Amino acid sequence: MRRLFTLTAVALSVAMTASCSLFGSDATDGKVVLVTHDSFEYDQAVFDKFKADTGITVEVRKSGDAGALTNQLVLTKASPLGDVAFGVDNTFASRALNEGVFAEYRSPEADKGPQRYAVDDTGRLTAVDFGDVCVNVDPAALAAANVPAPTSLEDLADPKYKDLLVVEDPATSSPGLAFLLATVSQYGQKDFQGYWARLKANGVKVVSGWEEAYTQEFSGSSGKGKRPLVVSYASSPSAELDDKGKPRTAALLDTCFKQVEYAGVLTGAKNTEGARKVLDLLLSADFQSKVPDKMYVYPTREGVQLPAAWAAAPPAENAATLPAPDIAANRERWIEQWRAAVRG
Amino acid sequence: MVPLGFLAVFFLWPVAAIIQRGLGSSGLARVLGSSDTWAVVLFTVAQAAASTVVAVIAAMPVAFLLARCALPGIAVVRAAILVPFVLPTVVVGLAFRSLMPDGGVLSIVLANAFFNVAVVARTVAGLWSHLDRRAEDAARALGASPLRAFTSVTLPALRPAIGSAAAIVFLFCATSFGVVLLLGGARYRTLETEIYLRTVDLLDLSGAAALSLIQITAVVSVLVLAALARRRRETAMALRARTETTRRPRGGEWWVAGAAYAVVASLMVPIVALVVRSLSTSDGWGLEGYRALSGTGFRGSLQISGIDAAMNSLRAATDATLLALVLGVSASVVLVSLGRSRAHPGFVDTLDTALMLPLGVSAVTVGFGYLITLDALPGDLRTSAALVPLAQAIVVTPLVIRMILPVLRSVDPRLRQAAGSLGASPWRVWREVDIPLAGRSLLAAAAFGFVVALGEFGATSFLARPDSATLPVVIGRLISRPGELNNQMAYAACTMLMVVTVAVVLLVERLRVRSVGEF
Repeated sequence: MRRLFTLTAVALSVAMTASCSLFGSDATDGKVVLVTHDSFEYDQAVFDKFKADTGITVEVRKSGDAGALTNQLVLTKASPLGDVAFGVDNTFASRALNEGVFAEYRSPEADKGPQRYAVDDTGRLTAVDFGDVCVNVDPAALAAANVPAPTSLEDLADPKYKDLLVVEDPATSSPGLAFLLATVSQYGQKDFQGYWARLKANGVKVVSGWEEAYTQEFSGSSGKGKRPLVVSYASSPSAELDDKGKPRTAALLDTCFKQVEYAGVLTGAKNTEGARKVLDLLLSADFQSKVPDKMYVYPTREGVQLPAAWAAAPPAENAATLPAPDIAANRERWIEQWRAAVRG
Repeated sequence: MVPLGFLAVFFLWPVAAIIQRGLGSSGLARVLGSSDTWAVVLFTVAQAAASTVVAVIAAMPVAFLLARCALPGIAVVRAAILVPFVLPTVVVGLAFRSLMPDGGVLSIVLANAFFNVAVVARTVAGLWSHLDRRAEDAARALGASPLRAFTSVTLPALRPAIGSAAAIVFLFCATSFGVVLLLGGARYRTLETEIYLRTVDLLDLSGAAALSLIQITAVVSVLVLAALARRRRETAMALRARTETTRRPRGGEWWVAGAAYAVVASLMVPIVALVVRSLSTSDGWGLEGYRALSGTGFRGSLQISGIDAAMNSLRAATDATLLALVLGVSASVVLVSLGRSRAHPGFVDTLDTALMLPLGVSAVTVGFGYLITLDALPGDLRTSAALVPLAQAIVVTPLVIRMILPVLRSVDPRLRQAAGSLGASPWRVWREVDIPLAGRSLLAAAAFGFVVALGEFGATSFLARPDSATLPVVIGRLISRPGELNNQMAYAACTMLMVVTVAVVLLVERLRVRSVGEF
């Protein structure tokens, strides 16, 4: 008898789950919860128009950075925090995929550009935006010191640029980690430590986070620090404008590492149908055209008009990348090796 | 029992769940067996002890000034020393970094002490200002030097307040996160930053759980030691109104008052640096940062305006303070009643210690704990805006208890017995004797709790939804975006936070003066 009861309960719940995913949009109250990281910003007008078109209210729930977000999604996969997630990046993607956090959904919008940045061919994560972590320079300060701007990673180890570079610690900072990955990508697993030993000999300064590096050490920001070379983003110069609206700083486009941010429908979402529509929204021309101004990164959709100020700070054409599984497998070891080379 | 129930649901359960999640594998043995772990433990304890010593030494003259001196401007000093407590750690970290570019351990210790001078000064002054002067005067009349009178009469009487303030400061310093992460980088690591890195970056839950267990064990031992120290020393004392115990300093007392002003002045150095930053622009001075607070920053870096965030801060802090006062006062009353009845002292101490635990557990442990437990409650609190005041109340309640409890315990039992024998019901005794005597501490605790909630960053940044972002969260956001305007806005928002703090505390001081008739 008891067994029969259990079986009935199981059958009922399976039926209910199935009906939920089949007729999801009817069963819920037209709300989709978008789980994301602290840096997610959006234009409310785009979400309002989406609501007028589809009846779906998007509720945004932010917490932590990309790493914290990924780990939250893993921890809560049995009872997800929302329906769709945005902000897992290429350094954390494998962890989320291995843990089965995301369900398959290939958006029709993905063919309009985002597919170029796909992490694999399972269609569980779709690229929404990308940014480049690059060395930024303060040309005025370099001119005053009478040295030409460096152009490559190799230049940074040149004695001409002794004591001029400040970088973030890859153990505590995500641009710091991206820059470490740029050097791994360029010099390979065997030689990147040697490169960092040369940087160390050349007086590289390591600080714990982007805030300190950029707003305190870098001479080109409002903090007016001492060092004219800093690891930041390709888009940072567009925020450092002079009286004429021209950037005072520049990014070295041959020193970049590409960070791609993905979105996906969560496994076990309450409103799968709505979540898919929200994913389509994130890839739509409306949303993508606001991505640069709101989040300082580039849209993955092709043919999206960039703001005028961004013309002066173009994206890197050949930013370095590494396969996500390689990053996932080696991240800790590389950081340890980095620490051995730089902390000595 | 309500406070215990609240603590169980919003603290013990999430923490237990996250630790249990980590203990399945061999994490504990691996972490305990690593010499690296013990180096981290050693550094954690050493820097916390050093910071506590610095904070206590700096705070004692200030406590003297607040408690014993009738000088103009005392209310301002009392308010000003609380300002460091509400500043977001990332901003204080940057301020210390710019003041001491190669500070290392020293800058960590000084920054931790900077945050906590107010805790010691105000807790100790709270008791000191009620101490009867006559015992000290008697000692002087019998020929004791001022120093001797202080060390043999006043200091023993102050010990419960110093002990409990030092224990709290030690816990704050041992678990301080932002300061160590920012000023220590990867070189100086504490249990707290290790737990954070392992949970958030590595998803090494078993390692993080093992470290959490070490931290909790250490915290419990500190709390037990502090409770033992308190039990021996908390005795009934004749409490006096402050008006009876203050006067202009005399002779050598001027040196102590001078030292207090010097401490206050040095606390102001990083604060002035922040204000100066908020006013400086690329071409001189300007108010752009302040004007921009009504907007959302350079190219809309924020979701809500700075002003909205300030309103959110005030609302959340008010809710959190009310909640914490209800919880803290009822818990204190229960603890004192149990202590007066024939309840086993060990039981009372255990309860007391349990109520202090939130001070010593990593915010990230609690935050991740919420994620995996609170979905079992109706309404999925994990995504609710109510989580922010709830989490802040968890942080503030132990502070309220620590400020109320010593005063309630020092109420002379004879006063209560007299009231009782005159026919007052137990509830009436509480209302007419204990609460009025503790009234001043209650207000102080409310103000203190309010500003702590106002400045809370760790748990809030983890839990705040975009529409419920508070000022510290917004400051953290602005400081992590390029653009001069964002930087100015961040420092302007800091200044605003400081102004609100001073205003709140001055307001409470004002209210207090009117209610002096209680005594």
